[in-house]
Amino acid sequence: MGFIWFWLVAGMIIAYAVLDGFDIGVGILHPILARTEEERQISVRTIGPVRDGNEVWLIAAGGTLFFAFPLLYASAFSGFYLALMIVLWLLIMRALGIELRMHMEIHVWRAFFDGVFFISSLLLAVLYGAALANVIRGVPLGEDGYFFLPLWTNWRLGPEPGILDWYTLIGGVLALVALALHGALYLAVKTEANLQLRARAAAMYLSVALLAITVVSLPATIAARRDGLDNYWAHPIAFAVPAAIFAALAGIMFFSRKQDDRKAFACSCVYLAMMLVGAAVALYPRLLPSSSDSANDITIQKALSGPHTLHVGLVWWAFGMALAIMYFVIVYRMFRGKVSLEHGGYGH
Amino acid sequence: MEGVFSFFLESAFLGLFLFGEKRLSPFAHWASAFLVFLGSWISGFFIIVTNAWMQHPVAYRVLPNGQYEVTSFWGLLTNPWALIQYAHNMSGAVITGAFAMCAVGAFYVLEERFSESGKIFLRVGVVTGVIACVAQIFPTGDMHGKYMAKHQPAAVAAMEGLFHTERGAGIVLLGQPNEQKQTIDNPLIVNDVLSFLIYGTPKAVVEGLDRVPRDQWPEPLPLLYYAYHIMAGLGTYFALLMAVAAFLLWRGRLFATRWALWPLMLSFPLPYIANTAGWITAEIGRQPWVVYGLIRTSAGYSKNVSAGNGLFTLLGFMGMYSALSILFVILVYHIIANGPERAASAQVAEPFTVA
Repeated sequence: MGFIWFWLVAGMIIAYAVLDGFDIGVGILHPILARTEEERQISVRTIGPVRDGNEVWLIAAGGTLFFAFPLLYASAFSGFYLALMIVLWLLIMRALGIELRMHMEIHVWRAFFDGVFFISSLLLAVLYGAALANVIRGVPLGEDGYFFLPLWTNWRLGPEPGILDWYTLIGGVLALVALALHGALYLAVKTEANLQLRARAAAMYLSVALLAITVVSLPATIAARRDGLDNYWAHPIAFAVPAAIFAALAGIMFFSRKQDDRKAFACSCVYLAMMLVGAAVALYPRLLPSSSDSANDITIQKALSGPHTLHVGLVWWAFGMALAIMYFVIVYRMFRGKVSLEHGGYGH
Repeated sequence: MEGVFSFFLESAFLGLFLFGEKRLSPFAHWASAFLVFLGSWISGFFIIVTNAWMQHPVAYRVLPNGQYEVTSFWGLLTNPWALIQYAHNMSGAVITGAFAMCAVGAFYVLEERFSESGKIFLRVGVVTGVIACVAQIFPTGDMHGKYMAKHQPAAVAAMEGLFHTERGAGIVLLGQPNEQKQTIDNPLIVNDVLSFLIYGTPKAVVEGLDRVPRDQWPEPLPLLYYAYHIMAGLGTYFALLMAVAAFLLWRGRLFATRWALWPLMLSFPLPYIANTAGWITAEIGRQPWVVYGLIRTSAGYSKNVSAGNGLFTLLGFMGMYSALSILFVILVYHIIANGPERAASAQVAEPFTVA
C-alpha cells in the first residue's frame, strides 16, 4: 500500500508539473513573445480554458498526500509554511492576471495584469523548483518529525539551511528554464504566424540552456545528497531514467528543428516526468529526508495512514481519477487546434 | 475526495462554460453550467462533512499510536450533524444568491434600464429567496439548534447568553452578556421561548453555563453571543423582507412598489454578514475543542510555526483581500452598469495595440 500510494502521489505531482507547467511557461514568456494586444490575447487564450483544471492537480495531489501520508503533510506544511503561503498568493495573483485583464479597455489596466501574470508565473516556477530541491536535500527534522525553515539563512548547506540556498536556487533556475521551454513548445503548437515563429526561436535557445543546467544539476544533487544514487546502484535498471531525460532533451531539439511542434512538446512532457521520476527513485522509500540525522527521515512507513483508510481510498481515488481524466479529454478535445481571435473567449 | 471529485468537475466545466459559448449548443452550454453547480455543491458537502466531524466526531476509533482513524466511510458521510449543517449552509448560500440577484433586478427596475431583465432577476430571486429564507429558519435552523443543544450544550448556553440553568428559559432578543456578573445587561427577554424551541415544551429545563466546567466554556463568549444574534436577527429580517416581496409579486405589484424595491436593492451585503456570523457561531461554539470532546484547540496548533510567521501571513492575506475587495467593487459595478445585453456583444474582441 505504501508503495502504491507513493507512486500515485508522485504521478499526480507529475501530472501537475506537465499540465500547469505550460500555463506557467506561457506566463513567463508572455511579455517577451507577445508584442501586440492581439498577440497577448491569443497567448492568454491558449491556456484560458484549461488553466483552472490544470491547477486542480496540485490541490488533488496535496489532498491525496494529506490522505495517504498525514505525518508528511503535517510536517511539510508547517515546516515550509512561509513558502507555501507565498505559493498560494502567487497562484491567486496569476489567476487574477489572466482573468481580469480583459475587464476594462484601459491600456494601463491590461499592462498591469499582464505584469501580475508574468511575475507570479516566474516566481511560481522558481519556488516549485526550489521546493523539489528542498525535498532532495532534506530538512532538519526533529525526532517528532517536525521542522521549520525560514526562507533563507546563509545560502549554504549545513545544519541550518533555509528554504533557499545555493542548491535549491539551482533547482529553481532549472524549473524556470524547463517550464519556460515547456510553455514555448506549447505556444508553438497552439499559435500561428509571428507568435509561433518567436515561440519556436525561444524554444531553441531555452533547450540549449536547459541542457546546460540539467548537466550542472546532477553533480550539484550528489553534493547535496550523498546517498542520492544508492537506489540507482542497487537497481541499475533505474539508469533508464537519466537516459530518458537526455533522450527527451535531444528529442526536443531534434523535433523543434524539424518544426514538428507536437512531438517536441511531447518530449518536453517526457523530460519533466522523468526528472520527477528520477527524484522519486532517488528518495524512495523516504518521503522527506532529514538533512541532519537520517534516523529522523520521514519514510513511507512512518507517515502512512491506517489500512482501512487506504483501501477505501484506493477505490474512490480510482473512480474519481477515471472521471477526472474523462473531463480533461472532453475539454482538451473541445479546444484543440490553433487559437484565433474570432471565436470569442468570454472576454479573454 | 473533494479535490478528486468536485474540483476537477467544477474547474474543467467552468473552462468549458466560459470559453465554449460559441462552440457548444445551448443545451451543452447550460449543461456545463449545471456541472459547475454540481461540482461546487459536492465540494460544499465534503467540506461540511469534515467540519461536522470536528463538531461531532463519529465512526472513528483510536489507533495504538494515538491517531484517530475512520472506521466507516459511510458513517462519516452520514453524520447527522453533517446533513443538517449542509442543508442549513447551502440554504444560506441560496439566500445570498437570491439577494444578489434581487439587488441587480431591483436596481434595473428602479433605474428603468434593462427593465425586462430586471424583472426576470426579481422573479427568480424573490421566489427562491422566500423559499430559502423560510427553510433556513425551519426546518434547517431549528434542527441545527436542537442538535447542537443535545451535543454541544455549552455552545448553546453561551450563544443564548444563558449563564444559569433555568426551567422555562427565556430567549434573549436584545442585551449584552456581562461575563463578570454572569448576567445580561439591558435585557429584552421573552420567557419560556428558549425551552420551547429546544425541547418543545415551555417549561423544560435548559442547561446553563453553570453546569459546564469553566475550562470548557467557549471563548471569546461575547463574540459567540453577538455572532449568533446577528445571524438570527438578520435571518429573521431576510424572511420578512422576502415574504413581503413574494406577496407583492404574487399580487403583480412588486415592480411598482418602490418601498419594497429599495430594501431589496440595498440588502445584498447582509447575507454575507449573516453567513459569516453563522460560521463564527459554529467555530467559536466548538471551542475550546478542535475536535469536540477529543482534542483541544490548544493541543492542535503547529508548534514550530512561530506567532510572528502566522501574523505575517495573516496580514498578507488581509492586504491581498483588501485590494481584491476594491477591485471587486470596481469590476462588479462596471459589469452591472453595462447591463446584460452589452455582455453578449462584447464577445468580439476589439484589437488595439498597447502602445
